Amino acid sequence: MRQYWWKILSIVLLIYTFIAGLLIPLPYETAYASSNLYESMRNFFFHVPMWFSQLALITVSLYYSIKYLRNPNPTYDIYATEFARTGTVLGVLGLITGAIWAQYTWGAAWSNDPKQIGAAIALLIYVAYFVLRNSMPDMDKRGRVAAVYNIFAYFIYIPMILILPRLTESLHPGGKGSEGNPGLGGSSLDATMRLVFWPGVLGWILLSTWISTLRLRVRLLEEKKHSA
Amino acid sequence: MKQLIVTLIVLFFHLLANAQDSVNHVDQTRTGLYAGGKIYVVLVVAVTILVGLFLYVIRLDRKITKLEKNG
Repeated sequence: MRQYWWKILSIVLLIYTFIAGLLIPLPYETAYASSNLYESMRNFFFHVPMWFSQLALITVSLYYSIKYLRNPNPTYDIYATEFARTGTVLGVLGLITGAIWAQYTWGAAWSNDPKQIGAAIALLIYVAYFVLRNSMPDMDKRGRVAAVYNIFAYFIYIPMILILPRLTESLHPGGKGSEGNPGLGGSSLDATMRLVFWPGVLGWILLSTWISTLRLRVRLLEEKKHSA
Repeated sequence: MKQLIVTLIVLFFHLLANAQDSVNHVDQTRTGLYAGGKIYVVLVVAVTILVGLFLYVIRLDRKITKLEKNG
């Protein structure tokens, strides 16, 4: 029996974040007094979970790539690919929503912020993963090369998104001597916002996992049909 | 699962009550879509899209399950 309670949980959590995210009062100091965020601060509930769930999905993808290298079962290869694929879609959505938000708070959709550049590079590396996969017709070779590349891509992604932007000045919160918007993390994120944000992150992780499993189930069906 | 849902519902009403409060207090700082409390229009639109998307994913899930059973 396939478990489905987590699918219901993802629906409940996401409907909750959409409703609460639009209605809760924002912390006055962060949203109005010391920044030009205003109501756009609510984007925090929608833009940021894209990146959190992308990180979760590519971590699952990494896990299956390592598993494939230890035991070359084609199923692991399919798992790794499909989780990375949904992760890349979320990354593209994160980049687009970030650009929209930046246009109205930082004054330009793209201001060469270290985090923007890092995210773009990381995404391109993942796009290259799919190009690399499709360039090899031999199943066995494709699986192994793709798994090795996927592990490499993950460990480039982490410094690009999480480490490098913290070392230089950044418009994003958390950069060195960050100007522009003050940090959304830490003290400016009040308890009510946390109550909306974290359920939202979990909801998006579950929904994107759900979509990935749909894709990989189709792939496994195709595989079965080919071998039959 | 049941307790979790109840907790979420209670939490939601708590936040809703807070939202009503803030509309009365800081209304003058709100412009555009927020003026006159029309935020609920946006809310309905956003949730409709979300629910539509969920229905689509659920249908897809059912279809794939059916294929898996027949195969």
